[in-house]
Amino acid sequence: MNGQIRKLGIVLIVLFSALFVQLNYLQVLDAHHLNTHPANSRAVVRDFVQPRGIIQLADGTVVAQSVPSGDAFKLQRQYPLGPLFAHVTGYFSFTYGDEGVERTYNDALIGDLAKGSFDPRNLLVQRDKTDNVTLTLSKNLQQVATDQLGQRKGSVVALDPRTGAILAFADYPTYDPNRLASHDQDAVQQAWTELNADPDKPLLPRTYRERYPPGSSFKVVTAATALVTGTATPAQPVYPNLRELPLPNTGGQTLGNFGGGSCGGNLADALRVSCNTSFAQLGLDLGAQKLSAGAEAFGFNKVPPIDLPFGASASFPPATAFARDLPGLAKSAIGQQDVAATPLQMALVAAGIANNGVIMTPHVLAEVRNTDGEVVQQYKNQPWLTAVPPSVAQTTRDMMVGVVAGGSGTRAQIPGVTVAGKTGTAQTGLGRSHVWFIAFAPAEAPRVAVAVMLEDQPNTSEVTGGALAAPIAQAVIRAALAP
Amino acid sequence: MNTLLGAQRRNTELGLLLMAGVLTAGAYTLAGLGRSASLPANLVPFLLIILGLLAVAHVATRRLAPSADGILLPLAGLLNGVGYVFIARLDSDLAGLQAMWTALGVGAFVATLLVVRRARDIERLRYTFALAGCALLLMPLLPGIGRNINGARLWVRLGALTFQPGELAKIALCIFFASYLVEKQPLLAMGTRKVAGVWVPNVRHFGPIVLAWAFSLVVMFWERDLGSSLLFFALFITLLWVATARGAYLGIGGVMFAGGAYIAWSVFDHVKTRISILADPWSVATGAGYQTVQALFAFAAGGLTGTNIGQGSPQRIPAVSTDFIFAAIGEELGLLGTVAVLVAFLLMVGAGLRIAMRVESPFEKLLATGLTAIIGLQTFIILGGVTRLVPLTGITLPFVSYGGSSLVSNYILLALLLRISDDHHERAGA
Repeated sequence: MNGQIRKLGIVLIVLFSALFVQLNYLQVLDAHHLNTHPANSRAVVRDFVQPRGIIQLADGTVVAQSVPSGDAFKLQRQYPLGPLFAHVTGYFSFTYGDEGVERTYNDALIGDLAKGSFDPRNLLVQRDKTDNVTLTLSKNLQQVATDQLGQRKGSVVALDPRTGAILAFADYPTYDPNRLASHDQDAVQQAWTELNADPDKPLLPRTYRERYPPGSSFKVVTAATALVTGTATPAQPVYPNLRELPLPNTGGQTLGNFGGGSCGGNLADALRVSCNTSFAQLGLDLGAQKLSAGAEAFGFNKVPPIDLPFGASASFPPATAFARDLPGLAKSAIGQQDVAATPLQMALVAAGIANNGVIMTPHVLAEVRNTDGEVVQQYKNQPWLTAVPPSVAQTTRDMMVGVVAGGSGTRAQIPGVTVAGKTGTAQTGLGRSHVWFIAFAPAEAPRVAVAVMLEDQPNTSEVTGGALAAPIAQAVIRAALAP
Repeated sequence: MNTLLGAQRRNTELGLLLMAGVLTAGAYTLAGLGRSASLPANLVPFLLIILGLLAVAHVATRRLAPSADGILLPLAGLLNGVGYVFIARLDSDLAGLQAMWTALGVGAFVATLLVVRRARDIERLRYTFALAGCALLLMPLLPGIGRNINGARLWVRLGALTFQPGELAKIALCIFFASYLVEKQPLLAMGTRKVAGVWVPNVRHFGPIVLAWAFSLVVMFWERDLGSSLLFFALFITLLWVATARGAYLGIGGVMFAGGAYIAWSVFDHVKTRISILADPWSVATGAGYQTVQALFAFAAGGLTGTNIGQGSPQRIPAVSTDFIFAAIGEELGLLGTVAVLVAFLLMVGAGLRIAMRVESPFEKLLATGLTAIIGLQTFIILGGVTRLVPLTGITLPFVSYGGSSLVSNYILLALLLRISDDHHERAGA
């Protein structure tokens, strides 16, 4: 019988060798093909069934959490405040992936930061291995900003100019991320289709992904650039009082002031009343090279390095674009024609002036803590750009104080607080404009910088930005400075 | 009694058992550190239990089978330990039960060594085992205690306990086959009539065993236990061939298998489905082929070194704790892990066949061959199924898969092999 047993052994060795070959094929030779197979959703699902940390605010308010779901996915992602922080937290959807903080801090939320670090406690004590993300935003300020916007399409950005920490990041319209995080795939699909079909684009985070012509709020950049290059001082030159400025090389076209009035005076006067004719002339005096460089020093044509996905850059045309288009240069100096900026970018302009010319990197992350409350990662404040020297920042700040004290931005005044600001109005059609207000306060030692932007508002007064956007900025600043 | 050889073997066994314990504890530690494992943080009690059970099994062999083979028990302990870590990592509820089953398995191991003092004792009980095996196979069909799970009627429920009597039936019938074939060997090996150009033995001698075999096949098939049917078919043909040394039986077996497979394919939808999944799982990737496709993805995700225990997502594969546990090992330990498991089984098969070749009594020789063939064939059938080498037929991976009946009967099988190897040395040394 031993001969047969030996042969049986050989047969079994052959069978096991076949398994060995097949394993090599599956795990090595064909692995890439299998891993990238269209039916393979392991990567998505791997994250989806894992425990996931909390996203919270500094005061402990939970804005995203995972709760037991009782179904195959084990956990259901929840956003207790619904739409309020939707464009910051984003969503965590099985079908449509992730967005916002859920995306940028995915590694922290699933506990990957601790990966590789040997923690023997895991062997002895039952503990969660996920990390919790704390944001810099304030629930109160976000609520105030959201209430102020009401049903008007637009954005409010508030940040701490000293650190770049985002305090409020509100926009309208928005959406409820719970609808996309549901495990009912049909409902999620329906919500997704519905939200994408909505012409008001509720899924779009307007604060950092939508660009609008900044209008006169851009005059802060033009004024600061004029100071840096020595083209102007607050007192010199004095621009003539004009109703409209004849544009060069156009055969008689002119550029008029908002509402058809006439204005002029020195740089401080021109900024205070937002005089288009004076600033258009200043732009021509500066020249394309200097104005374009000045805009880029404030961050135009660069994506702000905020810790949220898919940010958009503000844009200012390159100097060469104006070689045969001096009228374009004049219009760009007042934030029109091809100039476009996100509300975040205009808030960073205000923040740069407020912080002695240095724009800090904007961020929503305060810190990452493990479930024992130990800090795993602390956000390190760091400068993004040096827009202007401190002296220019101070001079510009003083001129912006004048805008609120006695110019186009008086509606932003707060008793007992010196507010620096600048209005903006960019016409979008007959009788309608995008309106802006950028500001910071207290002017002597700024703790908050704000940009307010309302889309496509009817022109109710001569200075729409001052009338509609400045009160929102005032309310947000007041809330931010409240003890 | 060859005490010197026995002592050497026991010391080898002790050393290997310690290594198996260390490997298992290491795997458990890694799983505990893995970020998403649902592993209870109780390394210390776990270690004590694992080492305790291995120690009990070892002391039992020292006392009851001092000259038995020294590597089978450590291999079983290692496979059992690795399987336990994966079950704990996949489903902490099952882990507690598996720990209990392991304790019962070790208990059955000790009890088998205690009761079966000499392998030849059970040779005389062949018809008892034949009847017991058939009765065990029939139990799930009895109304009241039979349970239908996942479309197969293999389970029996007594009180709170659910088990698969078929697992024990395999061993009982293997004992019957071995002793019957040995008794009738001369008659079976000698053809008396020529049918279709082949000498076949007298039906009178062949009758009882073919009856038992055909009966068990029909019952297993009726219970939709395709894996066991396949295993049983192959086991019987193997034993027949080993006992008689007549290649003709292999030929007849092959023809019967082809015919039976064709009939099963054309008559039963579930057989047809399994074959079409093997041929093309992709067109039914979200339906009937889901399990197979997810297992293939798991193997690929593991690659050479695996994602590490607790870092993959093998939970996606249905029945991953039982039939598909090898795919979880493939994902989290990679090719290195799967080949290690493969080698462990190969060493087991090698040790088993070596025992069979050394032992002198024909019954023990054939029984050792049969028991080893059960381990080897069952491993190939399920691993070939999950790696899409052969059609998938649900069956457990010995010692590794979750499952009480499987674990207990495999420990009994192990004890029988050790008993046979011990008998041999007792005689050789005497």
